Amino acid sequence: MAIPPYGHHEKEWHLTAETIQLLTPEGERVDHPEYPLDGADVRGMYRDMVLVRRIDSEAIALQRQGELGLWASLLGQEAAQIGSARALSPKDMAFPSYREHGVAWCRGLDPLRLLEMFRGVTHGAWDPEEHKFHLYTIVIGDQTLHATGYAMGIQRDGGEDEAVIAYFGDGATSQGDVSEAFAWASVFNAPLVFFCQNNQFAISAPPERQSRAPIYQRAAGFGFPGIRVDGNDVLACYAVTRQALRAVREGEGPVLIEAYTYRMGAHTTTDDATRYRLASELEAWRLRDPIERVRSYLARTGEADGAFFEQVAAEADELAVKLRAECLALPDPPPLALFDHVYAGHHAVLDAERAQYAAYLAGFEEKGAGR
Amino acid sequence: MTRITLSRALNEGLRRALEADEKVMIMGEDVGRLGGVFRVTDGLQKDFGEHRVVDTPLAESGIIGTAIGLALRGYRPVCEIQFDGFVYPATDQIVSQLAKMRSRSRGRVALPVVIRIPFGGGIGAVEHHSESPEIFFAHTAGLRVVACADPADAFAMIQLAIAGEDPVIFFEPKRRYWDKAEVDLTAPPSDALPLDKARVVQPGDDVTLLSYGPLVRTCLEAAIAAREDGKSIEVIDLRSLSPLDMETITASVARTGRCVVTHEAPVYGGLGGEIAARVTEQCFYHLEAPVLRVGGFAVPYPPARTEDHYLPDLDRILDAVDRTFTY
Repeated sequence: MAIPPYGHHEKEWHLTAETIQLLTPEGERVDHPEYPLDGADVRGMYRDMVLVRRIDSEAIALQRQGELGLWASLLGQEAAQIGSARALSPKDMAFPSYREHGVAWCRGLDPLRLLEMFRGVTHGAWDPEEHKFHLYTIVIGDQTLHATGYAMGIQRDGGEDEAVIAYFGDGATSQGDVSEAFAWASVFNAPLVFFCQNNQFAISAPPERQSRAPIYQRAAGFGFPGIRVDGNDVLACYAVTRQALRAVREGEGPVLIEAYTYRMGAHTTTDDATRYRLASELEAWRLRDPIERVRSYLARTGEADGAFFEQVAAEADELAVKLRAECLALPDPPPLALFDHVYAGHHAVLDAERAQYAAYLAGFEEKGAGR
Repeated sequence: MTRITLSRALNEGLRRALEADEKVMIMGEDVGRLGGVFRVTDGLQKDFGEHRVVDTPLAESGIIGTAIGLALRGYRPVCEIQFDGFVYPATDQIVSQLAKMRSRSRGRVALPVVIRIPFGGGIGAVEHHSESPEIFFAHTAGLRVVACADPADAFAMIQLAIAGEDPVIFFEPKRRYWDKAEVDLTAPPSDALPLDKARVVQPGDDVTLLSYGPLVRTCLEAAIAAREDGKSIEVIDLRSLSPLDMETITASVARTGRCVVTHEAPVYGGLGGEIAARVTEQCFYHLEAPVLRVGGFAVPYPPARTEDHYLPDLDRILDAVDRTFTY
């Protein structure tokens, strides 16, 4: 039996007939009868994408300068994230993986909270309910089950105008937890949109190593609809997600959306993507850049002019300057803070260790004071 | 007072928790219509409905993962893992998510999830139905780990576990499910011994014998047998495995000067070693003998026909007690 070949190979542009696209890479609008675009703030989404790309590039720079321990770049996935997140209503709950900086932005989370995490000041530590945006989840796929449970809670609360969206990647579809989440959400008819950003890479492994069937087709086996959308098309991501959220809120059960996109950066700042992908492939995907096509569209239709683009660019630079300054000013937590918030109440073992370590540290202070 | 089994006592405790707080839910495999394979949840779905007592798909990671999501939404899920050996598929959700969420959110998120696990051997079961995985969870910061040993305490402890704000791994001694004792079903949990305290179940003067779960009864039997031999054993039911109640332990050992710890879990890397180290640090000048451990061997849990050799019993415990008098 032949084992399928594995290694460098150029990915095809799988824009098959069933893939929903409302804006071509050239910036041409395509109408789709099932996915109207009423209410879409295209200029707003352009601005969002430019700003989060700028946050992303600044974070990479900060990591290169030693100010962040790590950064997971969203470069190339701006449309998938902004389009889907702008389709959410304020009461909807989002469960991200760890690359959803664009979703975080749309949920009103200060990007500094993300930098804190990648700097090593916190493990996240924002209030999920305040932003309806759960903490980043690094173990691949775990959050899909949390999203399912949260959606089951909405059902019990009778929350008819609420839905949940779970973000994960192509690699995550191989995790058992994701299959369990599909099964649970399906049998309980949970109000949940599974939003898979197929960015073509699980670090170095291609989707062909995760699944023989296209990802969106997996939903059929679990008994709910799956849709593939052009993940570099912010309008399509917005329209399809909005439609899916509407369906799940109306009690039709879960929906899987596969946003077919491309990770233009490395997996993280510790990764070297040149070891597993060809430069020509990256170049091909640059022609499908999610931001450029919106810019072309806005310019061509006259919905935005040069002044608008300049203003957004200036705003992005200002945001980066501010974020950099705030990041550099982040204080390290005091050492004894590591003992805080592990338990709600007292825990005799931890309490004793905290007291011992405090005394140990105090010993240095006394010695220092004597010098 | 009512004379009931440990299984029934847990059932009554769960019932009171469901009555006390409408956010309490029960979820697990076969917990609803069947009432659980040990009948601990018998009748609860009938009385509280399918939305509060949920028969889940057969997926342990799914049970804990969705319980986390429900807790994020404000619910208080009580999950049943059907047998000890089936908890491992859920370990990632327990260790990486459930245990850490309060800490990583800097106290902004509480996950009051209770995971009930029937544990231990002695019932002649097939593989994976007789294990004692408590140390994995006791080793994990962010979890509270407890084990009940008798009906009255089980009734109180399950209610205390559910009412708390931290995740609790709640071990139930499956071979003692049918032990009967008097339980005051009107006693409010607030009157019970706090969940993180050990209790002296048999006072004694010569040796401190520490255990939890199924072996507490065996230790009490050992105390009776030793009395005929002229030795007075103090038996302590640890109840809480994380945190350990070292105050109660050291107060006893400082008086007796001898300490034996017994559990079904393997001795190697087990809770007995942790206790031995702490007792040695804190009671060094009181000790007449090293702290001895009696437990499972460094082998996978054996087939049922040989489990009596693997499990600590009265004789192996008394042998260790005797050895503490030879130093």
